[in-house]
Amino acid sequence: MLCILLGVLALHLLVFILLIVSTASSQWSLEKEGHTDLWYNCHSDQNGYHCLQASTGDWIQAVQALMILAVVFCFVSLLAFAYQLFRLFKGGRFYFTSIFQILASVFVMCAAIIYTVMRPRSERDYGYSYVLAWVAFPLSLISGLIYLILRKKD
Amino acid sequence: MLRVLALASVVLLGIAPQASQAITVYTSWERHALVGSDIRLSCSFFSWRFVSEDVSFTWRYRPDGSRDSISIAHYAGGEAYTDNKGAFKDRVEFVGNPKRRDGSILIKNLDFSDNGTFTCDAKNPPDIVGRPSSVRLLVFETLPIQAGVITGAIIGVVLGLLVLIVVIYYLMRFLVARRVFSLNVSRNVEGPQLSILP
Repeated sequence: MLCILLGVLALHLLVFILLIVSTASSQWSLEKEGHTDLWYNCHSDQNGYHCLQASTGDWIQAVQALMILAVVFCFVSLLAFAYQLFRLFKGGRFYFTSIFQILASVFVMCAAIIYTVMRPRSERDYGYSYVLAWVAFPLSLISGLIYLILRKKD
Repeated sequence: MLRVLALASVVLLGIAPQASQAITVYTSWERHALVGSDIRLSCSFFSWRFVSEDVSFTWRYRPDGSRDSISIAHYAGGEAYTDNKGAFKDRVEFVGNPKRRDGSILIKNLDFSDNGTFTCDAKNPPDIVGRPSSVRLLVFETLPIQAGVITGAIIGVVLGLLVLIVVIYYLMRFLVARRVFSLNVSRNVEGPQLSILP
């Protein structure tokens, strides 16, 4: 039983760390000599390394908001798991934990989709933050579904 | 110890008279406006002395990308003078109250060519030593939404909904416990154990 508990917790923490790294680092897109989105637009030229605001429109703010919300919901789900671990009645399911985790995965999915669709064509490649966001989406969905089928027993 | 005190007092006495002769000018940092609208650029100053009869305000304009600035408004000796032959002809009006240390100007009917830096220089004789202060004017066709407003709005709405749902949930539980509704809910507190059962 301890193995399942530790495994589920480890998956949750992994999702949480992936979400934080994807949100905080500004490497959603790579362009020549630099990287941009979600927060800063940094490039290096002959004068050095410059960083500007990545203010490319309203959609980038929506992506920022959705990623932050995903991080918040994943954290709340972690707290709900800790709470329900000790306070749930016998045979109960971890509904709260599951709902928050699934909502977090939905938010990550929306953020990644909006970013993919609205990205300006001129940018070349996707950076590692973008990849981490897409990796975090199925992992968080699986984690949420595991909580749904998990039952508490004595 | 005595030497430190003597040194400190000499330094302070040396600084204080200069501080009382410096004038500090305040303007906004940056202003946004729509094409065709009017804007009031505010300028005020702080001076250790009372406002004198010879108080003067000078407004200069430097277009974006240019290195020269031209004067567009001047107030001195109780009279206000504004641009009467340049790009701001008949568009600038001195609306400040110099007796209250306010040297604001009003610019009417803005255009894209008004993008640039406006510098206000105030002098309150004998307080004349000071730096002029600049305000940057940005003229837009439509006002852009500032960075972070939409982000904050989305986060606020979703978290607000979350709090609302949680409050409603606990309210329902409270009402059930008070037998207002007839639902069957019973909860036990057990130790932590997990299993996966279909």
